[in-house]
Amino acid sequence: MSETGSPPRAILRDSHASRLIQAVAGLLDRPMAWIQRAVGGRGMAYVFLAPNILFFGLFVFLPIGINMAMSLTGGTNLFLSERPFIGGDHYRGLMQCGSYLDPASCREDHFWKGVSNTLKFTLFQMVAMVGTALVTALVLNRKIRGRGFFRAVYFFPVLLSPVVVALIWKWILQRDGLLNGAITLAGGEKILFFVEPGWAMFWAVFVSVWAHMGFYTLILLAGLQAIPADLYEAAEMDGTKPMRVLTRITLPLLWPNLVVVLVLVLIKAVQTFDEVFVLTGGGPGTATLMVVQYIYETAFANQVQNFGLAAAASMLLGSLLFALTMLQLWIARRKAA
Amino acid sequence: MNRRHWLAGALVAAALASSPVQAQTTLRMTWYSDGNEGEVMRDLLNRFEAGNPGIKVVLDTVPFKAINENLPVQLAAGQGPDMARIVDFGGLAKFALDLRPHLANAGAWEQNFGPFLEWMREPGNTTAIPGYMTQLTVTGPLVNKTLFEQAGVAIPGPKATWDDWAKAAKAVADKVKAPYPVAFDRSGHRFFGLAVSQGAKMIGADGLPTPADEGFRRAAQLIVDWHKSGVMSKELWGSVSGTAYRGANEEFKNAQVPFYLSGSWQIAQFDKTVGNAFDWIAAPTPCGPANCSGMPGGAGVIGIKATKHPAEVAKVMDFLASEPILSEFYARTLFVPGHIGIAKKGVAYQGASAQAAAALKVFGDAVAALDPAAYRIQGNAYSRIVFNAAISRIGQAVAGEIAIDDAIRRIDADVAQQVAERNKK
Repeated sequence: MSETGSPPRAILRDSHASRLIQAVAGLLDRPMAWIQRAVGGRGMAYVFLAPNILFFGLFVFLPIGINMAMSLTGGTNLFLSERPFIGGDHYRGLMQCGSYLDPASCREDHFWKGVSNTLKFTLFQMVAMVGTALVTALVLNRKIRGRGFFRAVYFFPVLLSPVVVALIWKWILQRDGLLNGAITLAGGEKILFFVEPGWAMFWAVFVSVWAHMGFYTLILLAGLQAIPADLYEAAEMDGTKPMRVLTRITLPLLWPNLVVVLVLVLIKAVQTFDEVFVLTGGGPGTATLMVVQYIYETAFANQVQNFGLAAAASMLLGSLLFALTMLQLWIARRKAA
Repeated sequence: MNRRHWLAGALVAAALASSPVQAQTTLRMTWYSDGNEGEVMRDLLNRFEAGNPGIKVVLDTVPFKAINENLPVQLAAGQGPDMARIVDFGGLAKFALDLRPHLANAGAWEQNFGPFLEWMREPGNTTAIPGYMTQLTVTGPLVNKTLFEQAGVAIPGPKATWDDWAKAAKAVADKVKAPYPVAFDRSGHRFFGLAVSQGAKMIGADGLPTPADEGFRRAAQLIVDWHKSGVMSKELWGSVSGTAYRGANEEFKNAQVPFYLSGSWQIAQFDKTVGNAFDWIAAPTPCGPANCSGMPGGAGVIGIKATKHPAEVAKVMDFLASEPILSEFYARTLFVPGHIGIAKKGVAYQGASAQAAAALKVFGDAVAALDPAAYRIQGNAYSRIVFNAAISRIGQAVAGEIAIDDAIRRIDADVAQQVAERNKK
């Protein structure tokens, strides 16, 4: 109560709000009770899940179904009803290889080159991303000066659009870019980063790590802060060495967060397209051509827009992603058990 | 509310319903711009709208890439605009509206756009009038004259060969430290600007693409060899993959290219952006063993079959393609005319500098030197399939990933596969 005897404004506001909520909830009471009578207590779970299932069905499962159907048809028409059924021809074409380890021996050599580049990119990027994010999280978890500032700085690139990130780095790395300016200022020769396959892949991985590391650092940081401090105090009292603390306390307790990071990094890496496409255009030659770029070009960039072949390639990519995620989760569960 | 109020309300509603604003038809035109043509087109459309208050035309300007990649998907879904400025005439022919039944004077269209209408028609159709040409383009070299003068190297003459130009440009680049002695846009169309002069035909009597012929092979070999010898830099053809376009206009504007193979559509842009930073000229297409021909091309506006207002579309097109309006369009945009009547009379280009006017003259003369094979390739419905396969695979050969023989084998396979896919019914 205030001095005048009337209730404080905040309480007034709260009581208005709660009355409003009660009124709205009251409106739902009768229909919900009616539904509960109709479907029973157990059925209510499905009623609450229904909107989400509907949303997923419409925007995830239905497109997957259409994509699957599209992959079994040929021609250049857009609508399924106007496309001839050709069975598994596109899949057979994609799988037609002398050796899967040699993309040049395959009928769809660009697809296999894309698969090979994507696997290479994923491997390098996962190691670099998880390693850098982990080290950064460990450092930012310590009581260092300017900790808040550094947390913001590492997170900032995550807020940028991938296309913006790629364009900024393209300007830095091109023939007359900032980096070559610095190199020539130091007396060196200009390096044509986008003409050498090794350099192009290196920068594709580097830029991707630079842009997304902040997000994964945040997940790991949250995990680190959830580890009880008394464990570290006990270890300190026992005189445990820092490396042993890391391997015996920090990493095992951080494992669930690491699994999340690994799965997310893996999925994002396999799906990589925009950043690398803008940065290197898939070149030099096909040195950084990713499988998603192949799908995009097959479906949209060629004069003959081969939606069927692109759909078949994306089904194969989806299957690969699914298998890799399952494998990773299985390993994580085994380790946890 | 009494009866008088009701009556007044009904009268106001009736007046609004019958006003011209309510009766207006809105048409959409998808457009892209290389230079100032978007502004000029808007100005001309404003004039059309003033004379035809019942029709409003919205100009949707999109990037060039969207014209080739997004527009076909839109059209296939039946969701496209009423008109569009396009370059892939053969590829989009099936979506084009035949304006003939709605035109006041179809004969004039036949007379002035005849050869180009063939590019826009579906195979087998000999009568449709799908649109008109906003420009005729010709590939050809643009030369940085100042760099040649600084290096003390003589500019090769009118009948110079590709080899003469390659040697001269390399000598200039070595002396003035220009990183790109010879630059070609990474485009199949520009590649054919070289290939036709080497004797490439590529289209069989049945209208289907043939396997790579000797002329095509010679041109591909030249491109690869020039990259190996440093005449061309890998940054253009070797640094990206697939069918990605990569122009060298920025490099030319920055005076890094002595010899730039592009085309007539760059003139307006260079006239404005290069200004008096350096002197540049257009040169006749270098000669190969077969001829001294470049490649024709161009852009045009077509009506779209799915439009709900074909008569209004034809009315707009009739206005835009009329001789005085189109002549003004060419004059203000510095485009080579794609209208036979205007081309014969000549265009009084407005605001063009002396060097731009001279360049336009060179490209205008180049039209007369075009080989019939060049027209045949450009007008073929499958041409972009061949163009795309060529840049994708020759790009790989330039990057050192595959040998030239493998590149040719892959081009043949890619073209055959895509032609088969397109013809699946």
